[in-house]
Amino acid sequence: MAEKDITLTVNGTDHELRVESRKLLVHAIREDLDLTGTHIGCDTGNCGACTVYKDGEAVKSCLLFAVQADGSEITTVEGMEDQPEAGMGNSDLHPIQEGFHEMHGLQCGYCTPGMIMAGKALLEENDDPTEHEIRENISGNLCRCTGYQNIVKSIEYAADVLNDREPPESPVEHEGASMETAPDGGVETDGGCTGPDLTREYPGGDQE
Amino acid sequence: MSSDTREKPDAKYRHDEDGGPDPEEHGGHGRGGMGEEVKRKEDRRFITGRGNYVDDVKKDGMLHCEVVRSPHAHAEVKNIKTERAEAMDGVVAVLTAEDLEAYDLATMPTLMDDTQEVLVKDKVKFQSQEVAAVIAEDRYLAKDGAEKVQVNYDSREPVVDAETAKREDAPVVREDIDQESNHIFTWETGDEAATREAFEAADVTVEEDMYYQRLHPAPIETCGCVADWDQDNEKMTVHMTSQAPHAHRTLFSMVSGIPEHKVRIVSPDVGGGFGNKVPIYPGYVIAAAASYVLEQPVKWVEERSENIQTTSFARDYDMTGRIAATEDGEITAVDVDVLANHGAYNAAAQPSKFPAGFFKIFTGSYDIDAAHGELEAYYTNTAPGGIAYRCSFRVTEAVYLIERMVKVLAQELDMDPAEVRRKNFIPEDAFPYESATGWTYDSGDYHRALDKALESTNYHDLREEQQRRIEKDDDKLLGIGLSTFTEIVGAGPGKQCDIAGVEMFDSAEIRLHPTGKATVRIGVQTQGQGHETTFAQIVAEELGLDVDDVQVEHGDTDTEPYGLGTYASRSTPVGGAATAVAARKVREKAKSIAANELEVAEEDVVWDRESGQFHVQGVPEQSLSIADIAGASYMNSPPDQEPGLEAVDYYDPPNMTFPFGAYVCVVEVDRETGEVDIRKFYALDDCGNRINPMVVEGQIHGGLAQGIGTAMMEHVSYDDNGNVTAGDFMNYLLPTAMEIPEMETDYTVTPSPHHPIGAKGVGESPTVGSPPAIVNAVVDAMEHAGVSHVDMPMTPDRVWGKLEEAGLAKDPAEDLELDIDGEEAAGD
Repeated sequence: MAEKDITLTVNGTDHELRVESRKLLVHAIREDLDLTGTHIGCDTGNCGACTVYKDGEAVKSCLLFAVQADGSEITTVEGMEDQPEAGMGNSDLHPIQEGFHEMHGLQCGYCTPGMIMAGKALLEENDDPTEHEIRENISGNLCRCTGYQNIVKSIEYAADVLNDREPPESPVEHEGASMETAPDGGVETDGGCTGPDLTREYPGGDQE
Repeated sequence: MSSDTREKPDAKYRHDEDGGPDPEEHGGHGRGGMGEEVKRKEDRRFITGRGNYVDDVKKDGMLHCEVVRSPHAHAEVKNIKTERAEAMDGVVAVLTAEDLEAYDLATMPTLMDDTQEVLVKDKVKFQSQEVAAVIAEDRYLAKDGAEKVQVNYDSREPVVDAETAKREDAPVVREDIDQESNHIFTWETGDEAATREAFEAADVTVEEDMYYQRLHPAPIETCGCVADWDQDNEKMTVHMTSQAPHAHRTLFSMVSGIPEHKVRIVSPDVGGGFGNKVPIYPGYVIAAAASYVLEQPVKWVEERSENIQTTSFARDYDMTGRIAATEDGEITAVDVDVLANHGAYNAAAQPSKFPAGFFKIFTGSYDIDAAHGELEAYYTNTAPGGIAYRCSFRVTEAVYLIERMVKVLAQELDMDPAEVRRKNFIPEDAFPYESATGWTYDSGDYHRALDKALESTNYHDLREEQQRRIEKDDDKLLGIGLSTFTEIVGAGPGKQCDIAGVEMFDSAEIRLHPTGKATVRIGVQTQGQGHETTFAQIVAEELGLDVDDVQVEHGDTDTEPYGLGTYASRSTPVGGAATAVAARKVREKAKSIAANELEVAEEDVVWDRESGQFHVQGVPEQSLSIADIAGASYMNSPPDQEPGLEAVDYYDPPNMTFPFGAYVCVVEVDRETGEVDIRKFYALDDCGNRINPMVVEGQIHGGLAQGIGTAMMEHVSYDDNGNVTAGDFMNYLLPTAMEIPEMETDYTVTPSPHHPIGAKGVGESPTVGSPPAIVNAVVDAMEHAGVSHVDMPMTPDRVWGKLEEAGLAKDPAEDLELDIDGEEAAGD
């Protein structure tokens, strides 16, 4: 099989690679460069788990051959902590990453890197998108765990940080509503929960 | 269930002396206990791209496995030629059934005691079934090799659906086990005579046919493994996408003959499970066999099409429901017939004594005196399965049936469906409630949940809007759908529930270190549910620790205590209970150390849950934390006690738990296109005490999205030749952010009386409860014109068909003045 020498600049580092011309970009990233944060979920370009940021736009790296990316600049999820916006929020992370943590925008985590990269591409174009714009922009990325609601909130959180607004502290609905004991001894929740202790700060990103 | 359950030796710890946690009253101790919104401890590695999923595992000398699959659904294998593949550079081996037979690995048992070929020798029974495997130096070379394996088939007529499989002249799928027909089993529940009597005496009876279509769990990560045989230590390590690593270790050992202490299953980060990763699949066995033979690590990871076409599907129940009722809407009996398509093997994943899972929960939230159900299961030339996709063993099908039937009854009686529900709910004071099919519901307050749901959604205003639209002949019809479901989750009890003979208990081990920090190892495992956080919260609550001082480990059979796995919403009901009980055992020992430290009698020491400390009775300032006591247990242990502070609990639950909910779905049905727009989805869930409201809400959002996918889009379909026509993400449609509306969650709290922390489990309620709410809403929009049912998925063409039938369809061109006979048309 024909091989070709290519150069990929990934997360700011130049890599010279010799790849078969049929090798997919996602395999070059995952297997040749050992950057396994970029995932594979469907092989047909539908799920977006393999989304990376290439030369200013979000691309699905399972739909490109590595040779097609020769000479390009690529950012993967592993490079987000080194972006200039990292640290603008309450942690060392990029505001989008921080948003996913603070807004519970991930569960199994498998689609998350692709969602983060799709979010980055959107915020680069438009740093204060509407909910509809966010939904439209992540509609090429499938998530089976979250129902997207908190992913939308995660990207909104990042937009808040980028625009110097105070982001919300919690994705939980109905916080702080009053509670009273019902005559039957049950608890009338009155549309609310007990409310977490929002004054308490849990270490976010730097906890592990 | 409780009547024939043995006394549990851990009962003294199950009920805490202070009544256990009550997060609704106290809201945790402020350091990450019960009921607090703790941000997830596991997030960091996922958002930085440093998670460790199976396909991320890379080992020295690792080979790749590609499976050669059958293009036919039903065909004799005449011969397999492997020479050309074997001669290729980089191809290390080609395996066929004959190679596996030498190691007695050509077949494997399914969880329901059927036998499935790992690689087929004689006859393929579904499309894409495993026929040969190529092991090569990289994944591209393995694929090249697979293309060069030549298999000659003699194709036979397939049988694709259960209705056809039932016919006497149908092709027989399973001659290998001397089947003369495709019938697998008949299952029956309830009292047929009493039900018949109730139907004969009834004022009103209704009947509806409904097909719960074949679905696939489709986690975004497919199934896969890296098997690594260590010849020096004669030990097999398998990193695999497993929802039940210990059960899989036992099965691996039984199938392979490798002693169980020489098998290690590691379930690393798992990219979603939803039931897909409960069974064992041929690919795992092939990779393990190849590693054993070649003495090199072997990776096998499915492509998406392999995942959907061959690993376990869910549902595929063709149901007929009947209800008998009085004229004022009191349900007197329910009767159900089911035709079940199990695919080519009986490979459901459920407790072995329950061939139809927990389907007999079909009396739902209603106090119904007489019930009867019968189910016939058939083999077909389709992928094997019948697994519980985000579902506690067929509870999803049961809930769909009863929630649809209650709506059908309301329509027949011209009553408000909320009223029919209210009239038939099991009253709050009837719990524990014995159902007509033999379950003991632990607790519930259905009226409160429904009242709150109707009030929150302004139900009566919606009904008025619906009428207005009908009167105005609006282009869009409004439909309001309800679902007031009850789930059954948390299997065991071990006496009734087992997987391959192993009772369905679960376990936790808590070890306090000299500096007061804790390591917790649990038998259940996470695929995204957040165990590393929520299980730490249980321990933090019970021991007064800060949640940051508790590390939860899971998913490695070499270190974790034996557990049955995470599925069927059993983690919190069973594994969470084990964790709370283990913590209470720790606390019991800690109490005696506290007495020694405080120099008082043990009975004078009391535990204060809010401060998370022991103190001398009446002298709160004389107190000790668990961290203090952990230090003393290593550095100043009492003379009559062993040093150290740790405990293990294997928890066999006394009963299952019964979470419930009240859902309201509001849809607009477009009379011109048949499109359904979900305008509002309101979900009130009662899962007992909530450990972490943020995680609970996240689970509900995700489950609702899957329920919406089920109702609107998803269907693993086949053509008449047994070709899978929705076998990838281009055809098996998962909802995107554009199809899922903003969802509104709500809750009430009715704790489980038998669970140590009053929790019930929540992960599956929304997937179970939401499809009938959506279908009820769509039917509701059209019922004034006589529509009583629409099958799922409710695609625009299907809904359009119903609109047309009912005379509700509108021609979009009607109001337009189009010059269709103009110049362009004439020019053709």
